[in-house]
Amino acid sequence: MSSAPVISPTETSSPDADLDLDTDLPWIVLVWNDPINTMEYVALVFRKLFGYSKAKAERLMLDVHEKGRAVVSSGPREKAEIDVFRLHEHGLWATMQQDD
Amino acid sequence: MALFGSRSNPVARRRSDGSFDLVLAPELRETIGALLGELDELVAEGPGDPSLRRLAPPAYLDDADKDAEYQLLAGDELRSSRQQAIAAVQGSLAKDRLSEDDLWAWLQSLNALRLVVGTRLGIDDDHHEHDPDAEGPDAGLWSIYDFATWLQYSVLKALGG
Repeated sequence: MSSAPVISPTETSSPDADLDLDTDLPWIVLVWNDPINTMEYVALVFRKLFGYSKAKAERLMLDVHEKGRAVVSSGPREKAEIDVFRLHEHGLWATMQQDD
Repeated sequence: MALFGSRSNPVARRRSDGSFDLVLAPELRETIGALLGELDELVAEGPGDPSLRRLAPPAYLDDADKDAEYQLLAGDELRSSRQQAIAAVQGSLAKDRLSEDDLWAWLQSLNALRLVVGTRLGIDDDHHEHDPDAEGPDAGLWSIYDFATWLQYSVLKALGG
């Protein structure tokens, strides 16, 4: 499966550039493929954390497994950050970014 | 694929009132207690150990500043949540009746154990070679990994996964 992307320190942008004009864009939460978490576990975590049906949870899990990642939730930044944290609590590799 | 029905689950079986009978053999409960005790110590020592990296993944891939902020705010909370889950498992090992929340603490803690041991074993693709009978320096780690995988599978089957 996919290996973790290398995260390198980025140049610090000027404060002004950080004032996002895109604050209205929703945030998406991604779960990435990893070789240790089992498919059954990942699907069960999606059902527990997001209340998804078994069918939807399994479809998302298969997307993660086959395509390398899947969008599992979206919303305001605060909600996305909570979702990421809960996924991390369960050992899933989750990240968030603004949907563009 | 279910290797066993709910009534033959070797770890936990759902009761009609929604709780679970813990049917795991006593000596295996002791083994879990010892392994999770080691994991708890490792987690308590903090993020220095590279085998813990999968327990605290980045939240932002494209923004190092935001990720640093997340790690600062969430890092301790994540660690303490993991230790609470381990403590919940430890506290449940002597019981015969568990709640669904107890079993989720089992799933989370066994998964954390698999992530740490799997990282030490260098599992980094889906098709890693694994010969369970192999003699070698990693044989002990593989048997822990396989034990945790079997337990986790059994618990998640008990929960309906």
